[in-house]
Amino acid sequence: MMNDEKWCTCGACKTIGFQPRRGSIRVKGEEIPQQYFKGMAMEQIGILEGRERQVLEKNSDVAQADIACDTSSLSGSVSQRACVFCGSRVVLYPVADAIHLVHGPIGCAAYTWDIRGAVSSGPELHRLSFSTDLQEMDVIYGGEKKLYKSLIELIEQYKPKAAFIYSTCIVGLIGDDIEAVCKKVARETGIPVLPVHSEGFKGTKKDGYKAACHALMKLIGTGSTEDISKYSINILGEFNLAGEAWIIRQYYEKMGIEVVATLTGDGRIDAVRRAHGATLNVVQCSGSMTWLAKEMEEKYGIPYIRVSYFGIEDMSKSLYDVAVKFPDRPDIMEAAKQIVSEEVKTLYPSLQKFKKALTGKKAAIYVGGAFKTFSLIKALRSIGMSVVLAGSQTGNQDDYARLKEMCDEGTVIVDDSNPVELSKFILEKGADLLIGGVKERPIAFKLGIGFCDHNHERKIPLAGFIGMYNFALEVYQSVMSPVWQFAPRKGGTL
Amino acid sequence: MKHEHAKTATQNACKLCNPLGACLAFRGIENCVPFLHGSQGCATYIRRYLISHYKEPIDIASSNFHEETAVFGGSHNLKIGLKNVSDQYKPDVIGVATTCLSETIGDDVPMILREYKKEFKNGSPMPIMIHASTPSYQGSHIDGFHAAVHASVKALAEKMPRQKLINLFPNMVSPADMRYLKEILGNFGVPYMMLPDYSQTMDGGPWAEYHRIPPGGTPASAITTAASAMASIEFGSTIEASKSAAGYLDVMFGVPAYHLPLPIGIKGSDKFFSLLETLTEEKRAEKYEDERRRLVDAYADGHKYVFDKRVIIYGEEDLVIGMTAFLREIGMVPVLCASGGKSGLLKKRIEELVPDMDELGIKVREGVDFVDIEDEAKILQPDFLIGNSKGYTMSRKNSIPLLRLGFPIHDRFGGQRMHHLGYRGTQELFDRIVNTVIEQRQNASSIGYTYM
Repeated sequence: MMNDEKWCTCGACKTIGFQPRRGSIRVKGEEIPQQYFKGMAMEQIGILEGRERQVLEKNSDVAQADIACDTSSLSGSVSQRACVFCGSRVVLYPVADAIHLVHGPIGCAAYTWDIRGAVSSGPELHRLSFSTDLQEMDVIYGGEKKLYKSLIELIEQYKPKAAFIYSTCIVGLIGDDIEAVCKKVARETGIPVLPVHSEGFKGTKKDGYKAACHALMKLIGTGSTEDISKYSINILGEFNLAGEAWIIRQYYEKMGIEVVATLTGDGRIDAVRRAHGATLNVVQCSGSMTWLAKEMEEKYGIPYIRVSYFGIEDMSKSLYDVAVKFPDRPDIMEAAKQIVSEEVKTLYPSLQKFKKALTGKKAAIYVGGAFKTFSLIKALRSIGMSVVLAGSQTGNQDDYARLKEMCDEGTVIVDDSNPVELSKFILEKGADLLIGGVKERPIAFKLGIGFCDHNHERKIPLAGFIGMYNFALEVYQSVMSPVWQFAPRKGGTL
Repeated sequence: MKHEHAKTATQNACKLCNPLGACLAFRGIENCVPFLHGSQGCATYIRRYLISHYKEPIDIASSNFHEETAVFGGSHNLKIGLKNVSDQYKPDVIGVATTCLSETIGDDVPMILREYKKEFKNGSPMPIMIHASTPSYQGSHIDGFHAAVHASVKALAEKMPRQKLINLFPNMVSPADMRYLKEILGNFGVPYMMLPDYSQTMDGGPWAEYHRIPPGGTPASAITTAASAMASIEFGSTIEASKSAAGYLDVMFGVPAYHLPLPIGIKGSDKFFSLLETLTEEKRAEKYEDERRRLVDAYADGHKYVFDKRVIIYGEEDLVIGMTAFLREIGMVPVLCASGGKSGLLKKRIEELVPDMDELGIKVREGVDFVDIEDEAKILQPDFLIGNSKGYTMSRKNSIPLLRLGFPIHDRFGGQRMHHLGYRGTQELFDRIVNTVIEQRQNASSIGYTYM
């Protein structure tokens, strides 16, 4: 790992005057200091019975157990989580030259049609919705024939490079042999036809991530690695929302690094097949792709690092952390410093207007993965905002331990929350902003606070240095809007 | 030119799944929590989907199936879920809708609900539990909508003496339409029971604190009186008899059922107002005469823009039927009337309203997806498309303008406040249609006329 002090000699840090928080970024396995928390008065907050251990308020005076996570959602709760299918679908969705066929009744395909802001520089098969649209008779007699016929016809019509077949709940029950159908179609059409075992009820969203990675793993290693530079990486867990992968890719290419494959943003089957030729895996959305990185490490000996492209601090670090892996090429590190220096010099002054307005404002963060929460806390601090609530749908013990360490006293930390809880905390803590996804947006607006969509439907890039500007702008425009003067919490009439 | 595409798979569906409609309908009952008996994903996807149109927080609980649940049955999960929802939301009603998962494993939900009531009885009142069977492998979202309305009436309506009361089952219309319908009924001075009524729950004001269940909706106590009404009016011409709430009340309690197409256009609205005048023996309020006069006047002012314009209309079958009648009375030709629904009645109902449909070259197709519609569009060359946001992909690809209405609208603002019904709704639609034509002409003109 890179020495903190070393990367701060870039000059940019001095320009903007921020001190690296030494030791604050910890790698999994490294010792994390004991944290002390106080339990909350749960009955006051209205937390569902059985969820008390998934909520904490940071308080260093009292000892308390770790947050409970990695659990399934409680029956009867209104979880903001989705299902196994959703996990698989979001990971593979951006692969643009493959057919994504959802095997099941129509809902699962209908609700995920063109749902993400993942863009492609070429083919756009991922933006179409394909479903076997199983009917009652199919449920009784099995859907294999319909699946086979659908696949043959779709492959004939669209000439994809591969096909992903997602199983839904019902397929797990009626016992269709998807593997067999896929093998048969692969044989007949000559393209990879990959089953994704994503029956909704067989686990959580995380299991869906794994099922998707499993399908990718079958592709990786089947392409030629000829001509791949020694100075090369794959970017894992970057989905090219609003073109973010292009921004990131450009930075690395400027440093003289070859990006073999982006998994799965602007994804192409042929690139995935060659991914085992890269020297390093750079994992951005750790929740979804760490499993794949580990598999690739085991099978192909490719080491991986975790990075984040949100906020100045983490974005810079993600360039340095890659550069340091190529010590025989000091020019790569030089180029990284150059990029950071140039970008920050432009970015920093442009953020000051926002910082001035936003200083002292409070934010609540509730997003899918915990790793993103870390970056957002730092990014918000850099524009003067504090975080009063931080949580995720799918964080693990390590994530929450680190989150506790990063957060200020009194910050509420939640795992797998729901609208009632989120609202309570937002109001109690007097948040001015909520960062989340589409499902959280109306909660914020109903309560009269600003909102920033940091989920996969965003249309404006929030990654990279330019992304930090966009983020600050969006936060500013939402938090500072005069419309909130009419909100009841600001004294407006009901 | 022949356009062939893969026929077996559904591509870019022109429908949603059964449980979505049920959740929406349950949101129209006061202090009711929709509850999906299935995987967590169903509830989350449907919430997300509804939010994209209505822009309101929408809590839908889930029994959150796991692998063991699927193997051993969902009874345990459902009961725990009901208990948790009862404790946390304190609802008057829980609307339980099934999914493909719970239907396929064969959970006997009515039995589980009976058991629950026995097991958890503790003296304090329990929420009313309504069960709608909504397997996603049957029908589409509109079937789930009607199933939930039907189930609610069936669960609650009680025999009592006939009284001056009208039931109105408005179908899956916008919150704005619902507000207008209530205004009309209110002006007739007749007590009414409209179900569902999500005019407030899906389009409400700001909150000082989080409402587990938003205010508004038809009270369960009002639904109870449905059997005592002097008449039921049900909008829709393709509702399956087994899912018709008005039909149920007619058969079981002798409440006369009047089935009208969605009242879009002057003729359709006239029928609705006339029916109300007959039932209430009251004249319509003067303001509706005014609305009608302004609409007739607007038809005259705008007729040349729209005459003989060719459009493709798609969406739920009943919406398509109502729209087709309206489009014909302003001289437009719906060259394709399409729906992802499959009642088997679409063509018949359109023919009843537009007897010369074949001569006009009006084509009707049920059970289509957007690739089917796109194939037709390439041949039919319509001037524009009319339907929900799902048509945008083909609209853009083929450079055919899209006039948005119905559900879902997730790429324009204010879908929940859009009117479709009655003179007021027709006026709004007519203005928008004329403006779509004018805008097209203005954009296409090289001169840049400022008066169009």
